[in-house]
Amino acid sequence: MTEIAQRSFFLRNPSVLVFLALLSVFTLAVTLASEATGFGWMSTSFVKTLGKTLCLCLIAIAMDLVWGYCGILSLGHFAFFGLGGYMIGMWLMYERTKDIVAQSLQNEVLPPTPDELRDAIGTQIFGVVGGSDIPLVWTFADSLFIQLVLVVLVPGLLALVFGWLAFRSRVTGVYLSILTQAMTLALSLYLFQNDSGLRGNNGLSGLQNIPGLTGVSQDVISIWFFWASALALALGYLLAAFMVSGKFGSVIRGIRDDEARVRFLGYNVEAYKLVIFTGTAMISAIAGALYYPQAGIVNPAEIAPIASIYLAVWVAIGGRGRLYGAVIGAAFVSLLSSWFTGGSAPDIPLGTFTIQWTDWWLVVLGLSFVAVTLFAPQGISGVFDKLVRKS
Amino acid sequence: MILRLFVAMALMVCASSVTGQTLQDVLQDHQGAVEKASRKTIDPVIEDLIASGLPSVPGFLEEWREKNVWVRKSDGLFFYADTVDKATYTLRDLTTGADVGTVEKSDIKQLRPNSGVRSVIATALVRFQLSDPDPFRRIDALTSIERDPEPEHLEPLRASIADETAPALRARKERLERLLSVSFEQDEDRRIIAIRSFDGDLGVDARAALNPILRTKLVYAEDVPDDANIAAQVIPGSEDLSVEAAYALMVGAGAAAAIPDADARKAILIKNIQDGQVAGFDLVDLDTQDARDQAYVALAQTTDIPVWSPTLAKSDIVKEEPFALVYGEPSEAVTDAALKILNGIETRVAANQFLDLGLDAISLASIYFLAAIGLAITFGVMGVINMAHGEFIMMGAYTGYVVQLFVPDYTLSLILAVPLAFAVTFAAGVAMERLVIRWLYNRPLETLLATFGISIALQQLAKNIFGTQARPLTAPGWLDGAWMINDVVSISYIRIAIFGLSLLFLGILLYILKRTRLGLEVRAVTQNPKMAAAVGINPDRINMLTFGLGSGIAGIAGVAIGLYAKVTSELGTDYIVQSFMTVVVGGVGNIWGTLLGATMIGSLQKGIEWFNPSNTLAAQTYMILFIILFIQIRPRGIIALKGRAAGD
Repeated sequence: MTEIAQRSFFLRNPSVLVFLALLSVFTLAVTLASEATGFGWMSTSFVKTLGKTLCLCLIAIAMDLVWGYCGILSLGHFAFFGLGGYMIGMWLMYERTKDIVAQSLQNEVLPPTPDELRDAIGTQIFGVVGGSDIPLVWTFADSLFIQLVLVVLVPGLLALVFGWLAFRSRVTGVYLSILTQAMTLALSLYLFQNDSGLRGNNGLSGLQNIPGLTGVSQDVISIWFFWASALALALGYLLAAFMVSGKFGSVIRGIRDDEARVRFLGYNVEAYKLVIFTGTAMISAIAGALYYPQAGIVNPAEIAPIASIYLAVWVAIGGRGRLYGAVIGAAFVSLLSSWFTGGSAPDIPLGTFTIQWTDWWLVVLGLSFVAVTLFAPQGISGVFDKLVRKS
Repeated sequence: MILRLFVAMALMVCASSVTGQTLQDVLQDHQGAVEKASRKTIDPVIEDLIASGLPSVPGFLEEWREKNVWVRKSDGLFFYADTVDKATYTLRDLTTGADVGTVEKSDIKQLRPNSGVRSVIATALVRFQLSDPDPFRRIDALTSIERDPEPEHLEPLRASIADETAPALRARKERLERLLSVSFEQDEDRRIIAIRSFDGDLGVDARAALNPILRTKLVYAEDVPDDANIAAQVIPGSEDLSVEAAYALMVGAGAAAAIPDADARKAILIKNIQDGQVAGFDLVDLDTQDARDQAYVALAQTTDIPVWSPTLAKSDIVKEEPFALVYGEPSEAVTDAALKILNGIETRVAANQFLDLGLDAISLASIYFLAAIGLAITFGVMGVINMAHGEFIMMGAYTGYVVQLFVPDYTLSLILAVPLAFAVTFAAGVAMERLVIRWLYNRPLETLLATFGISIALQQLAKNIFGTQARPLTAPGWLDGAWMINDVVSISYIRIAIFGLSLLFLGILLYILKRTRLGLEVRAVTQNPKMAAAVGINPDRINMLTFGLGSGIAGIAGVAIGLYAKVTSELGTDYIVQSFMTVVVGGVGNIWGTLLGATMIGSLQKGIEWFNPSNTLAAQTYMILFIILFIQIRPRGIIALKGRAAGD
């Protein structure tokens, strides 16, 4: 035991080094292929897709921590992801609208007062939901620093309160899943309202335009965000690997396998669960804050419970209880989904009937969940493990 | 006067038949007044027409109003005319309708009564219609008066009541007479009696007649005449009268000068710019309200602009001033009576609205119950998380739709659809249990994922087969409409049917689970499969049948839900989370618990909606939050299993 502990973290977890190396190579390759910094083999929109995929890999790692390692099947982590997007989106939208409004008011005879500026921004942002006042939740929208803090603080607090309530009353297993799903549904229904102060079902849009960087073209911004996403994924992977490799990791795996026994050994199970639930919620929120500026728009439909279920499915297909499994699952399924639903997959003619993938992809995907849970409970990475063990 | 006319009319019915006077004769007596009819000269014509008592008069009045009466230029006689082509017309006699020849258009002239004349004609027509021998025409007349009551209708209506033979029409006429009296009766005592007669009446028409009496106007009290019927004194800044509105009233009364607001002051500043400066202030410095205010005050000293100073507050000016709410109705006795009666009505309406809300809540609860009861078996009793439950509901609804495609008779198709929906979803449930779920009985979280996969596959399949647009599942005619208990409380028959259906399901399920061999075996297997197997029960078979039963019931629920909601592939997703909530809140493993859970969630949602009726989204949000908190208090639901059966 002591001998193992004395060996360095990386020696104990060679897969971390492998992952980081692969990620660096991938990042380098994309950088060289992009329009902004390389030879232009790769379109800007594809760079964005890859950047978004890295963010999805990050939230998949969070999901793997909370489900694969701690056994809590949360159907709410995509809500934290969306909330993170909303928090950064508020700053992006407010500041950009401010620039636009200031420009349009430049030709006024009298220079605008702060109140007039604020009214104009309010009308510009909330006109679509029939309002012109800036709601209270936007109080700090003009400060990037505060909004960045809120990116982790708001979802973190929500997870903390919800987790505290749920774990305290010993809600476990599928009940917890349903409860988290209800929380997600409540949040998305709330955001769907026009008077939620976040533009109802319009959501926040135009997030791909970064305030103060109007001179920088989208291909450059896309590669910046790609780098940021890759960095966040690397750090997230390191943090997650560090968390699960030590004593903490052993305890949460113990909770997954037999919660009562861990409790009888004297551990405060609820505190461990709360830390992992809240921590992963924050990681999800960071992933969301990086994702939505690349997507350009965040709306309540993104938060709907089904998104969180998809997240669980990615992790299941990739392989639970392995961090690289989550990454593989998220990257594989989300890229495949966008390929099939994007209409670029070739149709399959069957005589009188043609299978169009845009219609049939979800059927195949749904049935493949069933197949994976039935026949390959360890997911794709389970197959890897077998190969590695054989060699 | 009108009464006298009626008497005259009755007399003249005999008289004219004796004298042999025709409609044409009467009209010729007033030839000039008919041809060039005006509001001022028309009354004697109408009176004489009515007095003649001729049966052709009502028809003539209608044609006249519709501009179908023409005058022949050569002799001034009146005829009806039909177009032959653009230039030629056929003339018909007023009394007999007989053809009297074809003429050029230039030989005749159309009578075009103006709107004033037409309304006089219409009022005269009401008299005839209200006593028309054809009851349907009397109903039409009443309906048109109800829609658009006029003071002139009151007298003919009263006169027609005495001769009314049909009891239902008579009651309707009497009620309408009271309503018209409330609005138009000149005699104050009779009007108050009419008002009092509506004590406790829930009819919308009663409130519609009474409310205008209490219509008030806000006035600046200096303007109020001494004999005005004052409802109340109002204090500016209160809920009834904002400071802004009060000040505007004073300005309107000339008691105060208009104060320019920020925008107006800005406009004035802009107007007074000279060489990039206003009153010595540089324009670029005027980017705060304070700077602009200083500039305005400075400008006011040199220029003639509306007075304003930063210390000038409208609230101080209006504070001591009198404002009043004044009734449009001058008589205090009338407004007092109306106020008292309306207050009484409002109280009763509120009580009935509460009753209506209760009915709504029950009907919503029965829908939730119906959606959740299948789940109460598969999830509640067996402990299987079936995320595709909502899709079973959807399959049931689509089964109903497909049956209606083949069987056009809605009643028959509904009778066929219910067992068929059960069969389809029972088969789907059994297949799913055999192929997927039985391999996952000890891995509940993975059951969730696998059934979710099935759910999205089924949803997409439905989309591929039936398209994305909503399909109608039409209820038979006898389920249309609503049971109107009174003007406030009503419930549609479909909702009553759903309520009945959910009670029926409850009974059937309780019977199956508690009184049949199958139910006994189901309970045995769910409590302890190994022990059940040891006493000779085949757990595989029982699990299969139980799951099939739960799924089949979801299918029937789908038919019922499809009847009042549109059938789309997303039908199931709308109910799945609510259904799980219902089962969890009620207490897993107990059908009664599901009933209580559905009742609680349904009434809660309606209750929250009542506070904020425009926003069902908010109601759902708060309801889910409430459920999350409720589970804190009772983690095992309303009815919690105790002892070994609870498991853990």
